[in-house]
Amino acid sequence: MAKVKGDIVVDIEKCKGCEVCITACPNDVIAMSRNVNGKGYHYAESVNEECIGCANCAIVCPDGVITVYKVKL
Amino acid sequence: MKELRLMKGNEAVAEAAIRAGCDGYFGYPITPQSEVMEYLMAERPHETSGMIVLQAESEVAAINMVYGGASCGKKVMTSSSSPGISLKQEGISYIAGAELPCLIVNVVRGGPGLGTIQPSQSDYFQSTKGGGHGDYRLLVLAPASVQEMADFADLGFELAFKYRNPVLILSDGVIGQMMEKVELKPHKPRFTDEEIRTNTPWATYGKTPDRERNIITSLDLDSHKQEDHVTHLAEKYKAMEENEVRYEEFQCEDAEYLIVAYGSSARISQKAVNIARAKGIKVGLLRPITLFPFPKKPLLNLSKQVKGILSVEMSLGQMVEDVKLAVECKVKVEHFGRYGGIIPTPDEVVAALEQKIIGG
Amino acid sequence: MSDIITKEQIRQPENLVYTKTKLLTDKALSYCPGCGHGTAHRIVMEVIEELGAQANTIGIAPVGCSVLAYEFMNIDMQQAAHGRAPALATAVKRLMPEKYVFTYQGDGDLAAIGTAETIHACNRGENITIIFINNGIYGMTGGQMAPTTLPNMKASTCPYGRDVKTMGNPLKITELIAQLPGVHYVTRQAVHTPGNVRRTKKAVRKAFDLQKENKGLTFVEIVSNCNSGWKMTPVQSNKWMEENMFPFYPLGDIKVDGQLVK
Repeated sequence: MAKVKGDIVVDIEKCKGCEVCITACPNDVIAMSRNVNGKGYHYAESVNEECIGCANCAIVCPDGVITVYKVKL
Repeated sequence: MKELRLMKGNEAVAEAAIRAGCDGYFGYPITPQSEVMEYLMAERPHETSGMIVLQAESEVAAINMVYGGASCGKKVMTSSSSPGISLKQEGISYIAGAELPCLIVNVVRGGPGLGTIQPSQSDYFQSTKGGGHGDYRLLVLAPASVQEMADFADLGFELAFKYRNPVLILSDGVIGQMMEKVELKPHKPRFTDEEIRTNTPWATYGKTPDRERNIITSLDLDSHKQEDHVTHLAEKYKAMEENEVRYEEFQCEDAEYLIVAYGSSARISQKAVNIARAKGIKVGLLRPITLFPFPKKPLLNLSKQVKGILSVEMSLGQMVEDVKLAVECKVKVEHFGRYGGIIPTPDEVVAALEQKIIGG
Repeated sequence: MSDIITKEQIRQPENLVYTKTKLLTDKALSYCPGCGHGTAHRIVMEVIEELGAQANTIGIAPVGCSVLAYEFMNIDMQQAAHGRAPALATAVKRLMPEKYVFTYQGDGDLAAIGTAETIHACNRGENITIIFINNGIYGMTGGQMAPTTLPNMKASTCPYGRDVKTMGNPLKITELIAQLPGVHYVTRQAVHTPGNVRRTKKAVRKAFDLQKENKGLTFVEIVSNCNSGWKMTPVQSNKWMEENMFPFYPLGDIKVDGQLVK
């Protein structure tokens, strides 16, 4: 089985910390940062190496702040 | 060769709209103006010029169709009578706020409320002082003949696009319903897509790569920007006052007294002038053709010549307020009017002149 | 073979799977955190991008939370008076039949003040697409009762819950307009999970494709959350929506190819 590895990039300043991406992620990759952005929101960040680049987080993100990459290893 | 026809005022404005290159008419039936849409539906302009004619579910919907069509840079119009024009005020305010050109025809009937289906001029305030909410003005044309009903369709569109502002033809049940000989102008083609792109670059016809997206809105949550916008509107209205005042004088050269009347009241007052002159009273008539902008300067000039002014309207007295403002209290101004659908006779006008101005 | 690959190596343009469509502007959305409006906006814009229809689409924004939709959608747009978007869209489509025309309306706009405009545009079979966001509340004005507020659901103008005896029943306007012959396609979707987003996008694409074929009016309802109005967190509100809104407003196709789905 081909192994894939993904990663996400969050537009931190536009993230509103709604956490909808967390529930959408099948691999528990995302958590809210302890830090806050300029608007005072805790923002989403990738916290482990389990991302498979499925983009579920990005397509449910109401603010469209997540960009997703994927490579086949 | 002249193209002459015998037509009702309502039919004349409809035919003239087709010939003016109108792209769309959106209306709702109401007496005494239903012939406008009836005529358009019977003519089937879609098969000749491509003009759309649509009967909407309400006056509210009709004016908002006009809003949508005008947003696309199209020549669009609606018509109604007083209660229906009241319903349109929301949309008219949005159209004025969004700075869109369109033509609105009001064939006035007596009010308030459902009132009467007979002619009246009791919508002067509504027409000239805004009508809907917010600081805005319509450019108001007041036809006094079936010929002018026809002529003002094209003129109305021209002015609407010149100023990006709604233009109102303020007619009444007399002008709308009566038949007269009309000379019709030749057909103008409708705007091409290229003309729309060039002449109305603000229009929403689809965002092309060569420009930013176009947005039609009357909203600005930033009060400073909104104030700037309203100031810009005010400058436009000032330009209309400087450039677009239209009026007609009748026997004013040697007048000692003056009647001011528009629309069908002006027709009646013209006869009254003749009757009074036969009795030795030197009276003239000033007929405002634009009600906004109002012919203030010619009135002020005449006020230095005459001993008194009678404003004749089919209302409780609405335009009379503008006459008083225009003459700056330099001369006596009185109002005479019948209302509720009653049309004054020329003799009544002469009697009012004698009692209120000459004898008063 | 080595599994060691750096994030920098992954984050290369050739590895891009998903990013926000260029048909949304860079302006930060004005919606509350977690609000489905943003996702719905993105879906509509992605469909227009897929169709290559930026130059051929006119959108009509309503009054309500999405009154500023034109700030975010990078297409030509008009902002309608409250409830009147279908009237504007009617004229735009009649005057420019080759364009895609859609309205984007909330429940108060579409199902209360704009009921007449909605029903008659549907009944005339205007070749437009209506995107209807139903969150059962007036969000913009601060959480008042909407025509679609559920029985016993609390809102600021029914603080003890909607009493259907005095406040009327929730209006299933989508089922209502589906009865009209001018309406060709009606579906009810959601945007709170990846699966729902994918289904909604397919539905919006289908609606636009049918519009292109002049099939009549196409109508996509999106049952959505209003976590601020409902006074919940975004994640809680999505769960509440599944448990309370979906039983009353069940998801799925209601009318396909002009035929009601049994």
